[in-house]
Amino acid sequence: MLADVAHDTNNDPAIEFRHVSYELPSGQVILEDFNLQVRRGEILVLLGRSGSGKTTTLKLVNRLLAPTRGEIQVAGDFGDDVIRLRRSIGYVIQEVGLFPHFTVERNIGVVPRIEGWPKERMHARTRELLQMVGLDAALASRYPHQLSGGQRQRVGVARALAADPAILLMDEPFGALDPLTRDELQREFIALQQRLHKTVLFVTHDLNEALRLGSRIALMEAGKLITVLPPEEFLRSDDALAAAYVRAFASGLNSSGKRGAS
Amino acid sequence: MNLLHFLLQNHQEVLELTLEHLWLVAASTLIAVLLGVPLGILIAHRPPFSKPVLTGANIIQTVPSLALFGFLLPVPWLGDRAERLAILALTLYALLPVVRNTYTGIRGVDPAVVEAGRAMGLTPRQLLTQVELPLAVSVILSGIRVAVVISVGLATIAAAVGAGGLGELIFRGLAMVNNQLILAGAIPAALLALLADFGIGLLERRLRPR
Repeated sequence: MLADVAHDTNNDPAIEFRHVSYELPSGQVILEDFNLQVRRGEILVLLGRSGSGKTTTLKLVNRLLAPTRGEIQVAGDFGDDVIRLRRSIGYVIQEVGLFPHFTVERNIGVVPRIEGWPKERMHARTRELLQMVGLDAALASRYPHQLSGGQRQRVGVARALAADPAILLMDEPFGALDPLTRDELQREFIALQQRLHKTVLFVTHDLNEALRLGSRIALMEAGKLITVLPPEEFLRSDDALAAAYVRAFASGLNSSGKRGAS
Repeated sequence: MNLLHFLLQNHQEVLELTLEHLWLVAASTLIAVLLGVPLGILIAHRPPFSKPVLTGANIIQTVPSLALFGFLLPVPWLGDRAERLAILALTLYALLPVVRNTYTGIRGVDPAVVEAGRAMGLTPRQLLTQVELPLAVSVILSGIRVAVVISVGLATIAAAVGAGGLGELIFRGLAMVNNQLILAGAIPAALLALLADFGIGLLERRLRPR
């Protein structure tokens, strides 16, 4: 926690949503009057069920979607330059989205390459990143289809970190992994974050993951923000929806405990 | 062995007609690719246009080739030289497979990959040249392969309007009821089609992303 102090010299939020609404052309409301501040260096978890607007919220930050109303402020002066904004935000998704025709090294180097980094620097950065996400340097020349799901997701994280963005957007990045690999990646991600202090907006529907990773948990339902709480307070919250999540989570634990005992 | 004898004796003419044939196919395919690939990219990115464009190309495809050659004959500049006319007609036929496969190939790129590229800050142009086209290239090539094979066959009909090519031998053979002459045109044409099919197919497999 002490390490965080140095990074808190600037108190402006890294991301701020002000009265943001998002509607489909059909008129369907996906997000309604959404207000949220993401602090520098925190992992803010957006928790909610499918269709609650979590992914939309994420895509509004890097302008994959444009809000119907309201505004989203991202730290750094990008003006209307969407391309520059995107290059300074890392993005990791469940499907990973690695380029199948590029090697691991080329995948990681996509942004550095279009930013015109010299070759040696890109090469060194790739090695550094592979090591950072716990992958063998020998994998650099492999293609995505030659990797396991866990390895691919690690490459996805490395790629998002390549140009050292201050902000990371993560959309259920560990959702498609088996429980053991997921556990491993979550643990490593926590360790990584303690070194890097990125501002992370993290989408999940898994309370366990939210409690484990989140500095704060923002609970969403039907396009609205219900509450934002740190994990310990979330567990004690008397908000009906938060309590329902905790109950569902606890009953999962109990029933598996019972099965184990019988 | 009569056919072989004929080919040996007339190898000069058969070779010339084969080259003429190749020229018709190559020129029309080139134009079809230069027009069809950008058109396919355009409609893949602007879905509302895809239906009218593909329907249009489909309709052209349904016009009987002999009729199309006939229709184009009275057109002023075109009708002056049979070769121009033949190349235009062949281009029109080649458009459909090229446009359709470009469209299909680009639409077939994994949306997650395209979205990741956009989210990373690739410009639309970078996305097209570094992601979409490389991933669609084998599908596009297979469309070009189909276009070439169709053109090799159709180009034989171009002889009916005097555009030359291996069709000359076939039509002459038909008029003279001479099977050897027909085969002397048909066999090289078939070989050309097979060769093109094989060659482009090879390229297609080499460039297919895993």
